[in-house]
Amino acid sequence: MSTTTPAQFNGPAPRGAVRFWRGGTGAPAAVFALAAAALTAAPLISLALLAIRGDTELWPHLAAYVIPQAIGQTAMLVAGVSVVAGTIGAATAWLVTTFEFPGRRALTWLLPLPLAIPTYLAAYIYVDLFEVSGPLQGALRAIGGYARPQDYWFPSIRSLGGAIFVFGIVLYPYVYFAARAMLQTQPASFAEAARMLGARPLALLRHITLPLARPALAVGLALVALETLNDIGASEYLGVQTLTLSVFTTWLNRSSLPGAAQIALVMLIVIVALLALERYGRRRRAYAATSADLPPERPQLAGGRAIVALALCLVPVTLGFLLPGFYLLRETVTRGLVSGFDPDLTRHALTTVALALAATLTVLTLAAGAVLMTRATPHPLLRAAVALGALGYAIPGTVLALGLLPPVGGLDAAFATIRHAFGATGGSQILIGSGAALVLAYAARFLAIGTGFVQAGLSRVSPDGDDAARLLGARPWTLARTVHLPLIRPALAGAGLLIFVDCLKELPASLMLRPLNVETLSTYIYQFAARGSFEEGALAALLIVAAGIVPVIQIVRHTDVATGLSAPPNAL
Amino acid sequence: MLASFSRPLLAAVLIALPAAAHAAGEVNVYTYRETKLIKPLFDAFTKDTGINVNVISASSGLEQRIKAEGANSPADVLLTVDIGRLEDAVKAGITQPITSPALDKVVPAQYRDPEGHWYGISMRARVFYVSKERVKDEALTYDELADPKWKGKICLRSGQHIYNNALIAAYIAHYGEAKAEEWLRGVKANLAQKPSGGDREQARDVAAGKCDIGIGNTYYWALMNDKDPSKKAWADATRVVLPTFKDNGGTHVNLSGVVLIKAAPNKANGQKLIEWLAGETAQHIYADSNYEYPMNPQVAVNPTIKGYGTLKPDPTPMAKIADSKKAAANLVDKVGFDN
Repeated sequence: MSTTTPAQFNGPAPRGAVRFWRGGTGAPAAVFALAAAALTAAPLISLALLAIRGDTELWPHLAAYVIPQAIGQTAMLVAGVSVVAGTIGAATAWLVTTFEFPGRRALTWLLPLPLAIPTYLAAYIYVDLFEVSGPLQGALRAIGGYARPQDYWFPSIRSLGGAIFVFGIVLYPYVYFAARAMLQTQPASFAEAARMLGARPLALLRHITLPLARPALAVGLALVALETLNDIGASEYLGVQTLTLSVFTTWLNRSSLPGAAQIALVMLIVIVALLALERYGRRRRAYAATSADLPPERPQLAGGRAIVALALCLVPVTLGFLLPGFYLLRETVTRGLVSGFDPDLTRHALTTVALALAATLTVLTLAAGAVLMTRATPHPLLRAAVALGALGYAIPGTVLALGLLPPVGGLDAAFATIRHAFGATGGSQILIGSGAALVLAYAARFLAIGTGFVQAGLSRVSPDGDDAARLLGARPWTLARTVHLPLIRPALAGAGLLIFVDCLKELPASLMLRPLNVETLSTYIYQFAARGSFEEGALAALLIVAAGIVPVIQIVRHTDVATGLSAPPNAL
Repeated sequence: MLASFSRPLLAAVLIALPAAAHAAGEVNVYTYRETKLIKPLFDAFTKDTGINVNVISASSGLEQRIKAEGANSPADVLLTVDIGRLEDAVKAGITQPITSPALDKVVPAQYRDPEGHWYGISMRARVFYVSKERVKDEALTYDELADPKWKGKICLRSGQHIYNNALIAAYIAHYGEAKAEEWLRGVKANLAQKPSGGDREQARDVAAGKCDIGIGNTYYWALMNDKDPSKKAWADATRVVLPTFKDNGGTHVNLSGVVLIKAAPNKANGQKLIEWLAGETAQHIYADSNYEYPMNPQVAVNPTIKGYGTLKPDPTPMAKIADSKKAAANLVDKVGFDN
């Protein structure tokens, strides 16, 4: 965003330990940044230790038969999903921010809702809906008068193409969020100048809006790609052989956890390289906007155009949310899940919300603390620590949870030893037993969303404000509290929403790290899915959706104004 | 540092931390079997014995969790499916041997570890869901899945799924790796579509006419037939055949089994639970609610499962199948089975 680095307006970066600690914000900056880094470093170190414990015996086989295929499939899947999610997310965000048309306001909060549908659940639902025996093909046969499925052509949902569709239609909201926030705060001056020079909306889109939105699109797409790479269940079900799946196969079928850790780390290096490449690609572009600029007024669409805009937005809402939502509702009703209400479900729902809230608050505190304090004390090591913390999102949840087990289990054992020293009997698990381990796992995985949004929000805050405040004698803490924090509130709200919803539907770490006798809504659904009857979990799935909808609507309503929630161009 | 704290206060806090999982009258179970599935079992156990059961279920990683928790782990018992996982738990060094004449009497020697590190509790067979309309054969073999007469007629889920991994491992245990590779290439050539979906989807695809033979576990079909009206049509269009290996006429079975954890804080209760699981009450639940083959010969197989015919389990030692799992996974990659 702003090309001015914080160092330029904060005076020279402190060098050496003394300056560092005297900086006023140095100590808290170090605490926050190191805490953020530790969250990701701990599992990474235990993965690395695992990886070097194994030999390289596996690699000739992997190189010959697994990796080429898996890379090909993974690349096509990620590319395809990026195109689908990117197109839908960017196009719908552009429509609802650029034009005024009937239904636009409702669409602004309807469009992000597919976010609440877990990917693997979407895969099950779409297979049911679109397969030969599903309602869609049934209707097709009835209308077309076909006797057998062999008599007509219908694309198989259990295929690479099907997977691209399923992932794309539930993941596009990441792009939508990022793009919408960016477009809302895009200065009117450019667009108006172009319009005055006779540019039509599409030319405006191509030459002004899209290039300006590139950082936001990049972030949205990175989130989409990493969510795609996180998945195991949907890929296997739809028959796509991804790299993540081969990590899993190596671990379980080849009984080689070290081999699995090796593949996971290689994957992580590739991901980091690709993300760095993208950032390098736009290194010379500046996205600064002077804050006085207001977004352009939305021209009213009329007649056919309004209908087209409405229809274009309704398609992804219908496919990504309404259809699966109605499916779940139907299963809930026909299976009597309401009348035969499982009393445990209330407890599971409350547990899920509590864990998700705790993780969201942890991430927001860490992210805001780390980013704000390192702005005041821009030591390169601190910034590296914050960047390291953001890597958690690039590690598939299963792998992250496996990596977190040794440090968390070790800490618990250490606490137990201390307790015994004080005369307590029996064992205890302070972290795993209390659910804290799960909150840590969520935080490690989703910290990137927090730091990304906060960095982006903060980079729009003009350094002039910092200087003015300092000249008036404000200390760094006061500056952060009274100036920065209020200004990044929309960014925190947006990040908080995404993190909260992501925690609600998180599955692999929840399965592996939750305490005894505890279920989250997603582990509750999973136990039915694992048994081949995911429909029994329909009500729990609706509860995830319901818990996700409330904050989505709140956030979107509060940000459907000129100030918008800040785009996260620097996330990841 | 510690001196600056009030020591008694700190001690009180540390002691007051939850230690409920270790109180008397409890047993802590880590399970790969879904909570909902086994809850009726544990409720019955608590009713019988007064011992409370605390549960955590997951799809993978429980051995790693137990290992990471170390001596501090609350885990007493690990319930798992698949012979490979039972062996993995033993190899991970998290188990301890059980000495129980009662268990040895109920569980056939073939379905327990000679040293008592694991016991099979129930069984499922990997079978064919065939089209009622298009397949008239009464007896089929795993071997003939590679026969060109089934070209374009076979459906199954990923070859790397744990159930198929064990079936392919069993084939290797029977005929050796070279023959197994040839067979797997033959099966691959006969597939109607790329491996995908779960076991239920194979019945769905046979019902839809996409293929004639779907491969799945015994209980999925029974659940569709007896318990899920919306899937009854798939069961109605198919029939279950218990296939056999040509060389010994046995059907491939896999185990759900149980191990006692080395660091078990409630060892006696853990052993009690394991023995109870092999007892008649539990075995009836396994048979009639879960549609599995009970391990206890005193307990009858559920009528729906019995309708498949008489099961003649493959006598190949389970440990030998487990040892071939890695080779099976590699073969699936090598022949591009899932591609």
